[in-house]
Amino acid sequence: MTGAFTFDFGVETVTFFLAAFICVGGALGVVMSRNPVHSALSLVATLFGVAVLFIAQEAYFLAAIQVIVYAGAIVVLFLFVIMLLGVDRVESFARERQPIGLAVGVGAGIAVSALAALPLLVGEGSRITGEPAVTGALTGDELARLGRSIFTDYVFAFELTSALLVIAVVGAVVLSRRTREEPIDLDEFPAPPEPEPEPELDLGFPEGGPADAEPVDAEVER
Amino acid sequence: MVQPTSYLVLAALLFGIGTAGLLVRRNPLVMFMCVELMLNAVNLTFVAFSRQLGDVAGQSIVFFVLVVAAAEVVVGLGLIVAVLRRRPSADADDVSLMRG
Repeated sequence: MTGAFTFDFGVETVTFFLAAFICVGGALGVVMSRNPVHSALSLVATLFGVAVLFIAQEAYFLAAIQVIVYAGAIVVLFLFVIMLLGVDRVESFARERQPIGLAVGVGAGIAVSALAALPLLVGEGSRITGEPAVTGALTGDELARLGRSIFTDYVFAFELTSALLVIAVVGAVVLSRRTREEPIDLDEFPAPPEPEPEPELDLGFPEGGPADAEPVDAEVER
Repeated sequence: MVQPTSYLVLAALLFGIGTAGLLVRRNPLVMFMCVELMLNAVNLTFVAFSRQLGDVAGQSIVFFVLVVAAAEVVVGLGLIVAVLRRRPSADADDVSLMRG
């Protein structure tokens, strides 16, 4: 039995390491970006890397819907909400700098990773045990097998997902609708409290000059 | 051929990064993105096992995870919008009324 980490440097190995690098880099970008837009774009990188890994493992249909549903729909939904709320408005980093919370969070992440990965890393040989399936082997027409599996073995779960999607749509509509008494507020998402006004610049205009004639409209700041 | 153990270790790494981000970040949108990271790590695990054991059931489960993730994002973002409409500049620590 060969070790768990013997690599021949073929196409799949190179692909794996490239995609893994993209995945981990994107994941770190999601966690560490200060700007949520950058987080969302890093998430796209990670999802794309996972899609590449799906292709490398011959799960072509899943790779396709990974790109279409995740990168195409979910990330766009994230970006849409970020833009709707205002990029600068959902930022609140004041409490993130607590070192204890930071250490606990990072420590928990490392602990979870180690807990999952250490049994795989320690020892010899592949740690995946269990018998290969007697039916449904992934040979030949992969998509047809997947469809047959979903519509026969998992048909009840499939029907439940339809109910789940309907519930999600109704829930989203209920959450975001406003009551009839509540008028439509054009100034929705009001601005947070104004920061300290900056000291006025002395541009050298004489009194009553252009600087005084037109006060800066606060709306421009939004 | 890359051993499936490599995929599992990568998935563990992604899951750990997602966990750390979920615990560290306070922006609810970024927290949701970290949940997506964790779901993707689990999907990667399912596909690796599916290939190793030659069983298509793993890929079927990934399909359902995708559907659940989509529904979760829709409802979660609706909640975030509803909260921020009433409490601008709220982060996850401000929504603590139901904390035990």
